[in-house]
Amino acid sequence: MVQHEIKAAVNAGFPIFIGYFPAAVAFGILSKACDITLFECFLFSAAVFAGASQFIALNLFVTGMGPGGIILTTLLVNFRHFLMSASLSTRIGDISKRYIFPIAFGVTDEVFSVLSFTTDSLSKTYIFVLELCAYSAWVSGTVAGYILGNFLPDILTRSMGVALYALLLAILLPEVKASRKALVLALSSGLLNTLLIHLDFLPKGWSIIVCVVTISLAGSFFLTREVTGANR
Amino acid sequence: MKTLIPTILGMAAVTYIPRLMPFLFLGNKAIPERLDAFLKCIPLAALGALIVPGMFQATPDLPAAAVAGMGFTVFYGLYKGGIIVPVLGSVAVTCLVLLAYT
Repeated sequence: MVQHEIKAAVNAGFPIFIGYFPAAVAFGILSKACDITLFECFLFSAAVFAGASQFIALNLFVTGMGPGGIILTTLLVNFRHFLMSASLSTRIGDISKRYIFPIAFGVTDEVFSVLSFTTDSLSKTYIFVLELCAYSAWVSGTVAGYILGNFLPDILTRSMGVALYALLLAILLPEVKASRKALVLALSSGLLNTLLIHLDFLPKGWSIIVCVVTISLAGSFFLTREVTGANR
Repeated sequence: MKTLIPTILGMAAVTYIPRLMPFLFLGNKAIPERLDAFLKCIPLAALGALIVPGMFQATPDLPAAAVAGMGFTVFYGLYKGGIIVPVLGSVAVTCLVLLAYT
């Protein structure tokens, strides 16, 4: 039973691993170029574990922004995970409180997406192993990038940019195939996000939050039964 | 250059706390139907916004390469499904297009 869960989690975690690793290598390389120490670079990935915000923080650091500004920006950029954890919290049922602390640490966009559309009930083993795949890719890639520099072939690094989008899309496809309402929700959210990014008046990271809140709110009024049926 | 460690720890705290809070306050409690419906819509809304428009910039020097790769994902995902083949295939297609046109 546990062995089966581990296998399923590694299978689900593999695409996350191959998506995270090259992105983490890029972060390691950039860290070195920004003249921070190996330990600081490692600590970024090991303690923060949130891709986009780490790149943004490095950029802000180089432009001379102080700790307050960097931390506030990080809060804004990563606040979308609040919504993701809220959604996940309704699915983890009988997992005991003390496991919640490590589980919550590993809630990233991709881990959240995989977990949300896993049809079986979520066990702590499955969640831990999945998160460990993601975390190990992120931390090991960061350190490898810092130490080894540009060791991945350039063409691979450039192509790997699509891996995480392809993962999210592959998760979404069966849902939109099964339910037109799922298609309406996802598509309207993507369109709204495109509009918001184009208008460019929100702080970084907030267009996603506005999309998720707006579209989910609309969805909760109009689409409840169908979507939640297709979802679970 | 002065150390970044306090900044990084601050970042870690403001990233972790929003990830943790909902589990502490919502987990296992009975929640109103409307809120439950809202929370259940979040995954689809999040996926839509995470994919679009970002995927069109996944290969900044030749956006068409990423679009071709994602095209493979859509095609294969709709007809066969699964995760690993659509993901690896999209990387392969993107790679080929980049090799051919840059």
